Amino acid sequence: MKNLPLLFCGILIALAFSFTGLVLSSYIQLGSLAQTTETLDETGNPVDGDPLYPAKMSGSALRGKAVYIDLGCVYCHTQQVRRAGYGSDLEREWGKRHTVARDYVTQANVLLGRQRIGPDLMTIGDRQSDANWQHLHLYNPKITSGGVSTMPRYAFLYETRAIDGTASVHALQFEADSKYAPAAGYEVVPTDRAEALVEYLLSLQLNYSLPEAQISE
Amino acid sequence: MSNAPQSTSQSTSTVACVRTVLSEIDASIRFPALFFVIAAIHWLIVGTGLTLITALQLHQPSFMAGCEFVTYGRLYPAATNAMLFGWGCNVIFAIGLWIMARLSLAPIRSGGMLIVAGLFWNFGLKIGILGILAGDLTAAEFLEIPGYATPLLLISYALIGAWGILAFRARQGQGVYVSQWYILAAFFWFPWIYMIAEFMVVWFPARGVLQSITSSWFAYSFQNLWLTPMALATAYYVIPKVIGRPIHSYALALLGFVSLALLGSWTGMVQLIGGPIPVWISSVSIVAAVMMVVPVITVALNLYLSVKGQRAVVWRSPALRFVMFGVLSYFFANMVGSLMAFRSVNVITHFTTFPIGQDQHVVYAFFSMVMFGGLYFMLPRLTKREWPSTRLIYCHFWGSAFGITIVIVSLIVGGWLAGNQMNDATLPFLDVVESMLPWLKIRSVGVVCLAIGHLAFIINFLWMLFTIGFTRAKPGPTLLESANQEGAA
Repeated sequence: MKNLPLLFCGILIALAFSFTGLVLSSYIQLGSLAQTTETLDETGNPVDGDPLYPAKMSGSALRGKAVYIDLGCVYCHTQQVRRAGYGSDLEREWGKRHTVARDYVTQANVLLGRQRIGPDLMTIGDRQSDANWQHLHLYNPKITSGGVSTMPRYAFLYETRAIDGTASVHALQFEADSKYAPAAGYEVVPTDRAEALVEYLLSLQLNYSLPEAQISE
Repeated sequence: MSNAPQSTSQSTSTVACVRTVLSEIDASIRFPALFFVIAAIHWLIVGTGLTLITALQLHQPSFMAGCEFVTYGRLYPAATNAMLFGWGCNVIFAIGLWIMARLSLAPIRSGGMLIVAGLFWNFGLKIGILGILAGDLTAAEFLEIPGYATPLLLISYALIGAWGILAFRARQGQGVYVSQWYILAAFFWFPWIYMIAEFMVVWFPARGVLQSITSSWFAYSFQNLWLTPMALATAYYVIPKVIGRPIHSYALALLGFVSLALLGSWTGMVQLIGGPIPVWISSVSIVAAVMMVVPVITVALNLYLSVKGQRAVVWRSPALRFVMFGVLSYFFANMVGSLMAFRSVNVITHFTTFPIGQDQHVVYAFFSMVMFGGLYFMLPRLTKREWPSTRLIYCHFWGSAFGITIVIVSLIVGGWLAGNQMNDATLPFLDVVESMLPWLKIRSVGVVCLAIGHLAFIINFLWMLFTIGFTRAKPGPTLLESANQEGAA
């Protein structure tokens, strides 16, 4: 190759081309996507007075999300529901509708994920709304999965301590004669991080419609 | 000092003169290149160790789960980043700069600066990996290195990349060889994609799924416009050198380069098929991913035809054996990659270990194997010593070749079966998890083989570096499958 200006331009344009085509055009289409109401009025605008979705997350749930990120949960759990007829996400009841781009516009970090070593968590707060279940599952996943789960224990988020006087109200409730329960006179108490993480997991719900993705009953 | 040999090379173009210039160039880049090789090998050790632990953790969840810093969610990104930015980038810096300097007939000036830049790159990376282990990882795959470490990486890269471009600018002679196109282009492409991704995902996160779109664009561009061109440049350089005749076709080489440049960075959204993004975005990438057969077939065919009829030479030369394994993997990996882009296939493979196996196919079976070949070719010329042990080379080749084959097959077959089960909603999810276990165990066996191969390579390298007297006396290059005195070594 002797035509060096052509080579240089080609090198630069080749990448500029895909950047424009994929990243910039997506930005133009999605960059100003905002919250909206569940249905639109006749003019195609959000209905005045209706609540806006997706709702913003509470502060403690956001702290829990930071824990979710720093523990790398995203490497085994996705947060996206595929449409009906493409995969079996809806049949598995991982959501009442598929997710769309607008579902993520209020999130500072989007955790779509690309591996389902464990199940999808987009709607885990709908599916398991019991905080104690979530805590037991994090403390030792074998408790809630009949011993099958390959998820690691996150026991370091919990503190096992001798019961001092009365038992803590936050202590994990084990089933009677559970082999995973702490010894008599001891209790398992979640740390702040565990509380925040469970708060976040419980907040993962998909129980609202969007104009472009209605929940069909 | 460097002007004299260059001017002689212009006036007379005898082989002897070129040899002198080349050894002059080798001398000028010896220490920077060796530094990068040592850094690359250091990260190879780290990455292999971490990969082995994560592979075991997937089927043995209690393994090292007690301590937060060594849980799977931390080690997995640490392993990926150590392999990509530690092993991959350092070996690229070593071989890419060396090939660029040699082909441009331009010695590297002030190599000390290059070493300083390399020190900063590896220092920044160390901070980044420790940051990941400490829990500062960002949420985007392949961009996990925390935002406080990446500026250091980018600045030190600017120096390293500039050296490659300066070597090209100072080139002597008329033609620009195909390896130079690839290296020059990749040196421009990498900082661009990395900076855009850092800006839009880590430093000033874009809104919603734009983050995912940008990081997928980065991940695939990193493979197709950084790792792939550097490995192809190495293959295009090593093959004619060892075989002793030019590459088969200039036209095919040009077509392969241009089509890769045009298509390579369009394929990323295959990662998001079925996801919450507008359908046109993934459709564009599906088209590009299928069209990738053009650069892949042209390049693989061109390289294959270049060694046609020379099977014995390929098999005897350690460098060519690794390189050709990589070229074959390039073909197969991208064929599987194109197949995986079809929606009907992707609905099964998505979210399973299949795409992970595919990544390993490209990054290890293709890129790393070609780069190992490049190292087997480069290091004797840089150190002026031969590889001390044939047995260790055998051990490395077969450990890597067997190991990566086991890893890929187990992840792809296991992923395919799991994907089919996952799409059958009557099957509980935990059953899918259970039926994946044997495949994950087989995968761990493969990783152990890889580790053995790497160990052999490292021993051989250190032996070569430090045992001066014995190896310097060796006559001729180290070849495989020759019934000479090597058997005893």
